[in-house]
Amino acid sequence: MNAVLEIVDLRVEYPSRDLRGQSKLAVNGLNLQVGQGEVFGFLGPNGAGKTTTMNVLLGFVNPTAGSASIFGVDVLKPIARQRIGYLPELTYYYKFLNTEELLRFYAKIFKIPRGERERRIDAVLKLVELEHARKRLIKTYSKGMQQRVGLAQALINDPDLLILDEPTSGLDPLGRMKVREIIQRLKEQGKTVFFSSHELGEVETVCDRVAILHEGKVREEGRVADLIAKHQCNLEQVFLKIVGVPTQST
Amino acid sequence: MNNVFALAGVVIKELYRRKDFYVLFVMIGLITLILGSVNLFNDDEIIRYLKEICLLLIWISSLVMAITTAARQIPAERESRTIFPLLAKPVSRAQLIAGKFMGCWLACGAALVCFYLFYGVIVASREHSFAIIQFLQAIWLHWACLGVVTAMVLLGSVVFTAPSSNATICFIIVVGLLFVGQYLNRIATNIAGIPGTIVHALYFLIPHLEFFDIRNIIIHDWPPVNVFAVAGATLYAALYAFMLLSIAWGIFRRKALTL
Repeated sequence: MNAVLEIVDLRVEYPSRDLRGQSKLAVNGLNLQVGQGEVFGFLGPNGAGKTTTMNVLLGFVNPTAGSASIFGVDVLKPIARQRIGYLPELTYYYKFLNTEELLRFYAKIFKIPRGERERRIDAVLKLVELEHARKRLIKTYSKGMQQRVGLAQALINDPDLLILDEPTSGLDPLGRMKVREIIQRLKEQGKTVFFSSHELGEVETVCDRVAILHEGKVREEGRVADLIAKHQCNLEQVFLKIVGVPTQST
Repeated sequence: MNNVFALAGVVIKELYRRKDFYVLFVMIGLITLILGSVNLFNDDEIIRYLKEICLLLIWISSLVMAITTAARQIPAERESRTIFPLLAKPVSRAQLIAGKFMGCWLACGAALVCFYLFYGVIVASREHSFAIIQFLQAIWLHWACLGVVTAMVLLGSVVFTAPSSNATICFIIVVGLLFVGQYLNRIATNIAGIPGTIVHALYFLIPHLEFFDIRNIIIHDWPPVNVFAVAGATLYAALYAFMLLSIAWGIFRRKALTL
């Protein structure tokens, strides 16, 4: 497999906030590989270590041990993030800027040449259907519109790997459908998508492979169809079995 | 440098879209115009007091602006979580610190030019003469001083998470540096033993912001400062700003940022 994203023996420990307390082990010996063109679902209950793993991939947290690389570049180097797009769970953008200014700022960070920059801004605004509001300050947007700004900024550099943290959380059914469509389109273009979600039905629809994380370790990993066949139940029941909640047999 | 300037551009945009600068400018304008319009005791020399008050207001306003602007940069990015989509892009933490510094310093420089131009117009209208070299030296050194202050506040902003506590602490330190810093060596000679040595060491360690304050030269129309002294002070400011920013980066680069 041509690995786009590789995690080897990753261990992340958060130091205790008080002097006597023990440090918290968030991720413990995590190994993962995501191949080119895959849509990979990263699942797990709250506190399983999904966000911490994503934080390491994005350079927000340094690993205690082990390593992670994107396109073969160590995630500790900022250049590893040149070819990725990231959509956080909630919208966190400069509210004193309008969408066009925000996208121009991010495009400058990616060193997209001026002419290409404007073309990319137009294209992503069209994709997320925000062309009409491009000059409006982000603080005046509705929640759904702000989420679409998030998607636009994640796509501004035409990324080869998209990291999405619960991309449909807080969206209405129409917004969810739009996100699914975009993921599908990116897959058709040969892009890799790595996303965490609690919406298991959605994961079952769009993902090629999934990993189920529990207490900082990957407990199950494989193709969605294979996992369903192996456990003789749907993905939600597979998930519940793995995280330790007994399920009724179907 | 591309990323540093892109980040600086956002800081400047934020500043001119907020109302802080306009409020300070209007306040200085009103106080100076009222003072400038009265001729107390029919004393022609009253213009010196007017100059002194106007320059004092400019110093206070510029320090308030530099401290409050720089203090909120990184804590506000963390609080509003805008730091996450930003650092998920190919931006290093060193570039983030440098960009924030550059943005605050350039914005303060632009505000300073506005304040001094206003001062220049008031003084020229009352005195009918203008010492341009001293005036330019005063702006330049004042701006260099704000560079050191901005770097210091940015260092504070990676240590203290609340912008208000950082701004208060930094304001006290800056006022202390301006009013007490130059006397620390004299104080040290009156203290015996290790405490005296510590105070003496502190005198050589702290940035001496009083080097940049040449208000008296323009108030009393004294000759301009030697160009080498201005260059030396500029180098001194650059060195301190670089040192403070390096420490800020050293602390910030290891900090875990969790969503």
